[in-house]
Amino acid sequence: MPHVPAPHVLVVYTDDEPGVLTRVASLIRRRGFNIHSLTVGPTERTGLSRMTIVVDSDAPTVRQAVAHLRKLVNVLEVQQLGEGPMVVRDLVLVRVTAGPKVRSEVLQLAQVFRATVVDIAEDSLVIECTGSLDKIDALVDAMRPFGILELGRTGAVAMARGTRIPSATRAPLPLRTGSGPEAMSV
Amino acid sequence: MSQTGAQLIWESLLREGVDTVFGYPGGAILPTYDAMVGYPIRHVLVRHEQSAVHMADGYARASGRVGVVVATSGPGATNLVTGLATAMLDSTPLVAITGQVGSALLGTDAFQEVDITGITIPVTKHNYLVTRAEDIVPALREAFAVARSGRPGPVLVDITKDAQQGRARLDWEAALPHRHLRHLPPPLDPAALAQALDLIRHARRPIILAGHGVQLAGARAEVLALAERSDIPFALTLLGLGAVPATHPLSLGMMGMHGESWVNRAIQEADLLLAFGMRFDDRVTGKLKEYAPHAKKLHIDIDASELNKNVPVDVAIAGDLLEVLRALLPGVPVADRSGWLDTIREWRGDSAVRDIKNLPDDGHLYAAHVMHDLWCLTKGEAVVVTDVGQHQMWEAQYYKHDGERSLITSGGAGTMGFALPAAIGAKIARPEAEVWVVAGDGGFQMTFAELMTAVQEGVKVNIAVINNGYLGMVRQWQALFYEGRYAATPILSPDFVKLAEAFGIPGQRVETRVEVAAAVARAREAKGAALIEFKVEQEDSVYPMVPAGAALHEMIRRPSALAETGSDPV
Repeated sequence: MPHVPAPHVLVVYTDDEPGVLTRVASLIRRRGFNIHSLTVGPTERTGLSRMTIVVDSDAPTVRQAVAHLRKLVNVLEVQQLGEGPMVVRDLVLVRVTAGPKVRSEVLQLAQVFRATVVDIAEDSLVIECTGSLDKIDALVDAMRPFGILELGRTGAVAMARGTRIPSATRAPLPLRTGSGPEAMSV
Repeated sequence: MSQTGAQLIWESLLREGVDTVFGYPGGAILPTYDAMVGYPIRHVLVRHEQSAVHMADGYARASGRVGVVVATSGPGATNLVTGLATAMLDSTPLVAITGQVGSALLGTDAFQEVDITGITIPVTKHNYLVTRAEDIVPALREAFAVARSGRPGPVLVDITKDAQQGRARLDWEAALPHRHLRHLPPPLDPAALAQALDLIRHARRPIILAGHGVQLAGARAEVLALAERSDIPFALTLLGLGAVPATHPLSLGMMGMHGESWVNRAIQEADLLLAFGMRFDDRVTGKLKEYAPHAKKLHIDIDASELNKNVPVDVAIAGDLLEVLRALLPGVPVADRSGWLDTIREWRGDSAVRDIKNLPDDGHLYAAHVMHDLWCLTKGEAVVVTDVGQHQMWEAQYYKHDGERSLITSGGAGTMGFALPAAIGAKIARPEAEVWVVAGDGGFQMTFAELMTAVQEGVKVNIAVINNGYLGMVRQWQALFYEGRYAATPILSPDFVKLAEAFGIPGQRVETRVEVAAAVARAREAKGAALIEFKVEQEDSVYPMVPAGAALHEMIRRPSALAETGSDPV
């Protein structure tokens, strides 16, 4: 997985309706923006989704990406984090080979990363860990010598520190949701 | 009282001020066609759905209103794609309504089912899949708002057959759209305005680059006021032609790949570019690294994503051009730049002598002559709708557009086959205007079936087919950059005079310059559509030319052989 030295993190608030992810992904693809990860999920408001996009490009390209995202009808707001302090978190599930001989060593390492063991099998463990992108990379590197059998990462979820509250959480939302006029085939 | 979804479509169109739709019926849109009867909206039956979009496009560009297209599902919908892309790249406000299979059949590969919303995401501003009758009015109202607002563009609304057949109450007020307001430009930043004025104040060799946005913003008077107040010459993009008058003393004409050499030189030597509603397309800039190297740059556009996209600028203002210019004007210094203007005039040098327009009649017919004569004969007052290729560039060079919305052409997409259908739409939008189609023999053969639409609808368009027996612009590139290997560019044409007659319209053939005026007069006098085939010099090329990827000052000029035989400069 490519490492982002100074990741540009975008938080994008969108209508929560079918097809929005397609529109965002289509935009990113056709404009040739390289992305490291994209996560999407619901927010505290019905009808409002939140995406975290980690962009793998230089600053002018990121500005272009932001300007294009802001043209999508379904996008309420784009926040560009990284200009101020922020929290970025990634979650990993990693299944590591851990026979009886090395199991304690793996467990010790997991502890160093404040990772938790969520499944134990005869010859392997599944470890869960949440943290910054760097921390997760380091955990994965530490586990690699034991043999990684399976690995899944969520991609980054990010939020600004302090009191930068996005205005999207107060903006009016579509008249209808669900299979409303905006319903799209994904 | 509830109405059917199909009725709600027409009710919505009426309320949006629609008087004409361009379309083609089919199974999934049948309920809507059935409900059309009784509504005071004209339906123009096209011969191919792509032409319906071009007609709506021409209608919109000629009038400033939203063009409307209706088509059925499947192939009816996919045939719209080229037209939507054309409208998208040239910022034309359109609403395309397509029928879709019943919602229960969605995703089953039912007969004539195509995922048209999925297909058209990149070529529309937004699109909708409507599966319930009660969602039709909100979707259509928002579609019109999105099409018109900000930088205009096409929107597609795909409506399932059961939504058209279902019933709902019309609640217009409740459907008031708001999402199109999300991305309107922020309020003007006084600091940016001050910086812009500062650039103008310190400039000695400024030049205005006026684009399509001048027309879309209705900022003609303001651009002229700024130019005149500060004595700044202006150059135009292809789509900017007509936005400000070509015969204005400060007008330099078209810039870019086929712009005159002195215009491009003025840009290369300028110390300030004032880019108004244009987007630094590659056909305008040539090689970016060497573009206007001495110039500071001020860029005003309503689309923030165009700012600093191709050309990094010193001051970028995202906003409505009209509003920005009105805010700037009081602070624009009065200036006399006769020195700079004289310099540009000197750069014209022997260009006029080289100009084919000024050659004596040697018995050959040149497309440039036809365009120049057409300009003279119509007193420059016609709406000209061009196709794409050499004739398009000759038209841009030799037909001097003074009037707004007087040139309609596919600039961004370069869509061949655009001219005839777009002209039909333009004439329907502005029946009082004299509308001319200027097309090549290649592009005209792509959509000439629409001649029958013109006849059926009683639309008078005058058609000039510039026939050189080649796909001329491609042939020109082959001659210049592919060592003259004319792969697949010689093209045969039918007998256009007989073809016209088969459609029931008068056709004429012109092979020498002396015949031009009489033929044009006869075409103008004809009651309905009329066609003239101009058989022009076969291997004539468009000059000057900046080869693709070359710097703007590295132009291929008109052959000097022309200069040697030239007459007096005009």
